[in-house]
Amino acid sequence: MAKKAAYMGMMTALAFVLSYLETLIPINLGVPGVKLGLANLVVIVALEMMGVKEACTLSLVRVVLTSFTFGNPAGILYSFTGGAFSLLAMVGAKKLKLFSLAGISVLGGVSHNIGQLTAAMLVVENASLMYYLPVLVLSGTAAGVAVGALAAALVRHLKGFEQR
Amino acid sequence: MKKNDFKLIAVIAALALAAFAGISLYSARTTREGEAVVYFDGDEQGRYPLNQDISVEIPSEDGNYNRLQIKDGKANITEASCPDKICVKHRPVQSQGESLVCLPNKVVVEIENGMGLEVDGSTN
Repeated sequence: MAKKAAYMGMMTALAFVLSYLETLIPINLGVPGVKLGLANLVVIVALEMMGVKEACTLSLVRVVLTSFTFGNPAGILYSFTGGAFSLLAMVGAKKLKLFSLAGISVLGGVSHNIGQLTAAMLVVENASLMYYLPVLVLSGTAAGVAVGALAAALVRHLKGFEQR
Repeated sequence: MKKNDFKLIAVIAALALAAFAGISLYSARTTREGEAVVYFDGDEQGRYPLNQDISVEIPSEDGNYNRLQIKDGKANITEASCPDKICVKHRPVQSQGESLVCLPNKVVVEIENGMGLEVDGSTN
């Protein structure tokens, strides 16, 4: 229990810091919503090392914390929808046992972007935002590969650390 | 990375490209062509697509007229019965919202859905 609490605390802090780091990296491809999704790293690691419940909690806490700290509270809806879509896809992908962390991460990144775009379309009631979809799907894939590779390395080291 | 990961990435990339192609095709088909809309005394008289070259006479009161020519995607008044000929001297128009006006004959030709202006829109 104490170990789990320590893990969750560390993961939350890490997700928080990574979200901040992300705001320092401007990526401008002319389409809003393109980003690295570094914080997803933590959620993937939690999903792999702990479980679905922990990953969900972490994701929710992260969305609330970072939306109020670094973002616009009005953006919480987008973050939340993105986070929920992403988590759902990653849990599903993990259950399927077809993919490595890279594949899971790619699915997470892509669904995050799809979720955000869906929320945005509902809010502005304008389906023409669909034009952003191909770019967001491709950028989500690329970011997913990068984050997945990082997560795999992290999990490898964390598992080695645990055995000691 | 496993083999399945590469398959996944390939499938997603293919879907994204297909979506891109689909959206491009769809928007190419549904985007309405620019039109020159003719008004006489504030009432719409007719619409002429800018992608078809034509030359029509727009009749107005007392036998007056303006000749509207559409050529190379631009609308122009080439001939008119009015005394000042301001509409004839006006350069051809093609952009959204641009207009040709002949006050003596109460004729206005306005471009709808034409090419974008320098500022193509704004949101808030």
